[in-house]
Parts: sequence; C-alpha cells; structure tokens
Amino acid sequence: MIEGLIGRKIGMTELFLDDGTVVVATVIKAGPCFVVQKRNMERDGYEAVQLGFEEIKSQRLTKPFLGHLKKAGIRPLRFLREFRVGKGNIDDYKTGDLVKADIFKDGDIVDVSGTSKGKGFAGVMKRHGFAGQPDSHGGMSHRKPGSIGQHSYPARVWKGIRMPGHMGAERVTMQGVRVVKVDNEKDLVMVKGSVPGPDGGMVIIKHTTKGRLESAV
Amino acid sequence: MMNIIEELEQSAMRTDLPEFRPGDAVSVHYKIKEGDRERIQVFEGVVIAKKGGGVRETFIVRKVSYGVGVERIFPVHTPLIQMIEVKKQGKVRRAKLYYLRGLSKKASRIKERTVFDKKIKENNQSE
Repeated sequence: MIEGLIGRKIGMTELFLDDGTVVVATVIKAGPCFVVQKRNMERDGYEAVQLGFEEIKSQRLTKPFLGHLKKAGIRPLRFLREFRVGKGNIDDYKTGDLVKADIFKDGDIVDVSGTSKGKGFAGVMKRHGFAGQPDSHGGMSHRKPGSIGQHSYPARVWKGIRMPGHMGAERVTMQGVRVVKVDNEKDLVMVKGSVPGPDGGMVIIKHTTKGRLESAV
Repeated sequence: MMNIIEELEQSAMRTDLPEFRPGDAVSVHYKIKEGDRERIQVFEGVVIAKKGGGVRETFIVRKVSYGVGVERIFPVHTPLIQMIEVKKQGKVRRAKLYYLRGLSKKASRIKERTVFDKKIKENNQSE
C-alpha cells in the first residue's frame, strides 16, 4: 500500500456524524495523483514511487520538467513528490497509474504536512510564547525578551537562544490526525481539526508513522 | 475552491423543518441516546435567539420549568432533531430576546403575531 498522496487544502467546515455529534473538519482535495516514476533497489537503492498532482498548462512548466513527464506519458502536472510503498509492493504500481483518495478510509489516522502561513518578522512573545513583561507600573519593556545571557563568563550569547525572527512559511506536519470522511467521487478527504497552511495550499497526507490509534484527535 | 465547501454544507442542510423566528413558541422533538436505547425528548419553549448561518446555524429555546429558567441550544441542521412544531408565532421587536431572562413569567408573555401581519407582509413582498 502506498503511504500517501498529494492534495490541496480546500477549507474548513462542520460535519454532522451519524450519532449527531458535530466535528470541525478540514476538507482536502486529495488526488487523483499519477505515478510518474518508480525508484527501485538496483538503480536508486530504495523503493518508492514519484507521484504527480494537478494538471496545468504546459507553458507553465520548464522544458526539463515537461520532458520528465513526457517520458511517463503523462499530461503536465504541477507537483511531484515521492512516496514509499512498503517492501515488495513496488511491482503493484506502473508509471501512469492513478492513486486516488480511496487509499484512505473513514477513521484512519494520518499525518498531514503543509507549508504554514507566513507570519513575517515576529517578536519573541508570538514566536516562542515568552510571557513578556508588565504593561504598567513604570517599566518600559513590554514585549521584549529580557535577559539573553549571563555576565563576564561566558561574555557572549549562547548559541540557540530564542530570539525574534522570521516565523511561519515552513514545513509543518500534524501527526495523528483522524480521517472523518472520505468522498471517493469528489476525491475529498475530510480530517478532524486544522491542517497547516492557507486554504488552497498544497498538503501531503500520509498514513501515520505512529501507531497511536487511541490517543489521536 | 470555496464552492466545494458550499456544496458540502448545502447537502448537509435540512429543508424539512418549518420556518421560525425569535419570539415563536416551539416544541423541539430531539433524539436522545441512553446507552443503546433511543428515545425522543420534547423540549417546549420560546425561541430567544438564532445564531450563525448555513450548517452552523443554532437556536436557543427557553422555558421556565418548576420556577427555574432552562435554556437549550440546538443546531438547526442536526440529524437529531426529529421535528419542530411551531406552536405560536410571537410578535417581538428584537432579534435576541435575552431580556426575557430578567422578567417574571407574567411579564415575559409575548404577543402573538396574527395572520393579519403575515398578510401585509405577503402583500408587500408581491408588490
């Protein structure tokens, strides 16, 4: 079984389960993805398939990219990502095969990766959750980090001290996310809770790497 | 992109329920699960507020039971609502009737909206 596929975050909504409980869910358009290339033991040293997702106009792609897709006999696609298929399963997939949302089913636990929303240059309170300092009683530091070190020893700032800087727009993975519903007709996967990134952002859904069925949200 | 969500929400919305407004007296027939037994509970009172839109819409029903005010919030589109009966249509001038909480039972009576009002409304709409 292939470990996952590429999708796009559509947005969030509320769903009613059969027992009437309301679940806040993220809707992901998952696939259909094409198998563009296969990695094998002899040539690459590992087994995996390269999936492509979302058709686009050919003039949007570079010629080397187009040539790569042409080799597989596939229409122009926007994204390419590799996925492992589990030992010995590599022969189940041929280039040009479709991988669809039906690799997931209701109740599955998955990991969802995406690029988080960029927050720009953020201070230490927002970026690292520092407490800040009092807003009143005469202090003039409110959102400053406070001390960043000691005195004449070490006479420098230790490496790795948390400071202000760029926040967000990085790859984030949510682990142990529960699949609420899969719509095979519309290629939709609905997962409980939120997912990194803006609506319309690319996400990768994989079967979870952790076997924690019970503690998943 | 967004209309996939709208479609999903549209398909989850119920169309079998009657229209009602804040001020109306309703009885809500609500499915309750006790272990593996299911039964219907009827909650009767005045709608004091409607909130949210689309599938997320909810409404608050208030009643006074043995001298104690009881309010319940129901999602409009939940499959657990079996039926809503509109007992009386109230005539009120607010969308949120939170002021009823501070009133005695006698003071919290609501005038009924008559058919006459409705007729005027219908006429206005058709013009």
